[in-house]
Amino acid sequence: MVTPRQAAAAVVDPELRVLTIEELGILRDVRVDGERVTVTITPTYTGCPAMDVIRADVQAAVRAAGYRDVAVETVFAPAWTTDWISDSGRAKLAAAGIAPPHRAGPVRLSLTVRCPRCGSPDTEQLSRFGSTACKALWRCRACAEPFDHVKAL
Amino acid sequence: MSDVERLLQLGDDALIAAQRFAEWHASSPEMEEDVALANIALDQLGAARLLLSYAGESLGKDEDTLAYQRDDRDFRNCLLVELPNGDFAVTMAKLLFLSAYQLPLYTALAAGPDERLAAIAAKTRKESAYHLDHGSQWTIRLGDGTEESHRRMQDAVDQVWPYTHELTAGEVSRADWLAIVEPVLDEATLVRPADDGWAPTGGRSGVHTEHLSYLLAEMQVLHRAYPGAKW
Repeated sequence: MVTPRQAAAAVVDPELRVLTIEELGILRDVRVDGERVTVTITPTYTGCPAMDVIRADVQAAVRAAGYRDVAVETVFAPAWTTDWISDSGRAKLAAAGIAPPHRAGPVRLSLTVRCPRCGSPDTEQLSRFGSTACKALWRCRACAEPFDHVKAL
Repeated sequence: MSDVERLLQLGDDALIAAQRFAEWHASSPEMEEDVALANIALDQLGAARLLLSYAGESLGKDEDTLAYQRDDRDFRNCLLVELPNGDFAVTMAKLLFLSAYQLPLYTALAAGPDERLAAIAAKTRKESAYHLDHGSQWTIRLGDGTEESHRRMQDAVDQVWPYTHELTAGEVSRADWLAIVEPVLDEATLVRPADDGWAPTGGRSGVHTEHLSYLLAEMQVLHRAYPGAKW
């Protein structure tokens, strides 16, 4: 038997397909009231165009697990931060060639981004914006591989 | 200012800015900037949707009705966001000046008494910080660049500057705004324009430049021709 939480947590992010929405940190709550399941999610960026797809995917996944009455709610507070990406999520991003974000420390430092392919710290930013709202485009000077980097937010 | 009036001002600033930044899509000077300006437009559009949806609840209208079925006189955005994009330097001047306004405004609203607006502002201020960084970097690169890029960046700052007085006529003080903008102009080796009394205003009461009407015509034409059209 799959619980509503397990069903919602297994939904993958449509733009970072190696991550589940739970690993990305945008699944905030799953509540069951009698027959009714309420799933609460939060966007990474306000304009993230994937939110409609995520809502539909969550609906479908929880229904497929046998729960008919499903509501998906969106909250904005507290605001999502890349610190909510789980350790397993970070490992999966790196394995997929996407450099994971740094964890926010007490002091804001400009840290280098390691190449997800060869591990070299000798990398440079090509573009401060990337293929989706949450990413920037980088290049490795050591192996010349261009790669996406999830911006720390 | 009523709560709904404030939401319309914030939402319309974001919506019209989004429409203007999106005009660069597929025509930016380099591909990375194409992606950057489209992303910034998307952030602004996301903010606009939240703010106009919230405003619409008091007015009995949804976000689409507010975006697509109001006339120019009903819009409450500042004049700066509706000005044509001009060359890339003008767009970067507009980005710098707008984000230097939105960032302190959203930061203040994030600590304000309206919980729903505070939640939206806490989210959007992070995005504004990134926009400000982007506008600052380009202003510095162009200002402190070649002779031509310096001249064009200075022209852009001079051209847009009068419209910034409208930004600081409300909740963000001129001093707070200048504290963000002046160090950027300094580093860019640009001269802060003199305040000569020319400070066009009117956006907040619906009196706009003609540019807004053309922008709305393009933005609204599909919805007006096919009301309720959906993708």
